[in-house]
Amino acid sequence: MKIHEYQAKGILKKYGVAVPRGEVAETAEQAEAAAQHLFGAGASGVVVKAQIHAGGRGKGGGVKIAKSVKEAGEIAARMLGMKLVTHQTGPEGRIVRRLLIEETLPIEKELYLGIVIDRTEARPVFMASAAGGMEIEQVAAENPAAILKEYIDPGLGLEGFQARKLAFPLGLKPQQLNSAVQFMTSLYKAFAETDCSLMEINPFVTCTDGRLFALDAKINFDDNALFRHPDIRELRDITEEDPLEVEASKYNLNYIKLDGNVGCMVNGAGLAMATMDIIKYAGGMPANFLDVGGGANAEQVTHAFEILLSDKNVKAVLINIFGGILRVDTLAKGVVEAASKTHIQLPVVLRLEGTNVEAGREILKQSGLNFIVAETMKDAAEKVVAAARAS
Amino acid sequence: MSILVDKSTRVIVQGLTGREGTFHAKTCAEYGTQIVGGVTPGKGGTTHEGWPVFNSMLEAVDKTGADASVIFVPPPYAADAIMEAADAEVELIVCITEGIPTLDMVRAWEFLQNRRSRLIGPNCPGIISPGHCKIGIMPGHIHREGPVGIISRSGTLTYEAVYQLTTRGVGQSTAIGIGGDPIIGTNFVDAIELFNRDPLTEAVVMIGEIGGDAEETAAEYVKTHMRKAVVGFIAGQTAPPGRRMGHAGAIISGGKGTAAEKIKAMEAAGIHVARSPADIGETVIAALGVTARA
Repeated sequence: MKIHEYQAKGILKKYGVAVPRGEVAETAEQAEAAAQHLFGAGASGVVVKAQIHAGGRGKGGGVKIAKSVKEAGEIAARMLGMKLVTHQTGPEGRIVRRLLIEETLPIEKELYLGIVIDRTEARPVFMASAAGGMEIEQVAAENPAAILKEYIDPGLGLEGFQARKLAFPLGLKPQQLNSAVQFMTSLYKAFAETDCSLMEINPFVTCTDGRLFALDAKINFDDNALFRHPDIRELRDITEEDPLEVEASKYNLNYIKLDGNVGCMVNGAGLAMATMDIIKYAGGMPANFLDVGGGANAEQVTHAFEILLSDKNVKAVLINIFGGILRVDTLAKGVVEAASKTHIQLPVVLRLEGTNVEAGREILKQSGLNFIVAETMKDAAEKVVAAARAS
Repeated sequence: MSILVDKSTRVIVQGLTGREGTFHAKTCAEYGTQIVGGVTPGKGGTTHEGWPVFNSMLEAVDKTGADASVIFVPPPYAADAIMEAADAEVELIVCITEGIPTLDMVRAWEFLQNRRSRLIGPNCPGIISPGHCKIGIMPGHIHREGPVGIISRSGTLTYEAVYQLTTRGVGQSTAIGIGGDPIIGTNFVDAIELFNRDPLTEAVVMIGEIGGDAEETAAEYVKTHMRKAVVGFIAGQTAPPGRRMGHAGAIISGGKGTAAEKIKAMEAAGIHVARSPADIGETVIAALGVTARA
């Protein structure tokens, strides 16, 4: 799960990580009030930052500096409601609904700190780099030696010496070292205690007066661990997600919207991806990824159908089920029920295999509904792509 | 012949008394697997479907002589169940549970180091040696005994590959679902090593997917050590970057973990890659032919 920068900073602040003073604004008036507070508290300028779940906001025009309260209000008025396009949003962009108004700082250096789970080492890795402000993927590709790494023993956490090993090469001053170690230790504590999957402070800045700050903050959480963090679950912003994906998540369906016109419904993530692939090999483009899971029931299949059909780009549907635990006859009943209920007009190609497949095929035949039955995955893909072209 | 499991494997079901545990314990037993009991803390001393239930893995192993366990414990408690099984020193732990928090798995993985247990999974269908032993949730009847070893990050896609082989008259020595999570116990290299040593496995199919670099690492191993034909398939060739495709581990992040990179590494290592999932069976048959002539 992703959260906004202001939410991430709120969490970090609780863990004692220094973040710039700031306030959230949803209107230009609130932005002016926030700027008023910050200027009143001695800020020499304020930054107006668009809050969307994507990086690259600065280049897209989503981060602007204001020298006065009035200017902050004007920038906020322009930014709120605008469609912000960055290299991470895709061409459709995101609507800006919230702003973070922050004090500007006398920045000296921009550095990078990040924590992720390293899959090969099976433990968290703390990364630091003097190349702050750049995308870390770009640094990793161009100059991997510029990224320092310390693997963390889950039973111990980030030890002081490890933090120093990361901090010294960043070129911090001796008098900044203790606060840098504390900064990093607090970051790791926040990472571990809130079950993050990714934490990035980019940039991590040093100021001319010696202070250290998380100028930006990005946190992703492990979806599997949200059950033990009800407070974090509350931070989800569904306006940042595709409406169909939000709908699917209500029924525990794994749905991801794509750009093609062949809707697909599959059981199992690997088979669902493979089905998308074979649609492409047959000359079509998948409209979505949809995994109904191993234990899907008739109700879930109905909801899955409704979600597939709400995507107006869908011209034909492919259902590919390999019944193992989920018996094919059970699924066939669900499909017939769903198809009758949703009055589906589009061509539906079914490829069913596995336990009780004969009984399942019989149910489809008896239903009187006009399904196209396919034998193999290849056959199914070719039939559905042809049907999508014809309709 | 098979790897890791056979007719003599004695299995304890952790979470036996739950719905999933009960259902799959029965289907495994029907397949011929020796299910010797279950563990549900607090229900020790009772019986469930004829099997003795124990309070702890230690007691279960002590009383039954079990050397394997299969875990159907819900996600919040599953990592703990893995560690309990390792503490009781069973040789093989198969964790079916999907949805275990990653940091829980980091701890369990650490706990398994320098202990004698091998973990398969989590978030996997389990392991089957057709005709001998099934520890998992896969449909047993689609399998057939034979010379092909299968290793896969996916469940139903493995069934698809098995089915393509079985319907073409090609059986399997053992099929292992290694799991779709970012942190798993047995990886591609571990399983390929085992198949490389197994005298009755003639070819290996590895079914990977986007995310991580386990396939690339396996390709390196195959290039230098593998004496048998390897067929590969990577799911997610059309998957968009930055999106988690169902499995917690199936995500292209920072431009890394794409299907194209994996396929390239695999082909460079001499692995026969089926581009379309419909061609896995035929690719194996062709590869087996090559091995037979060599």
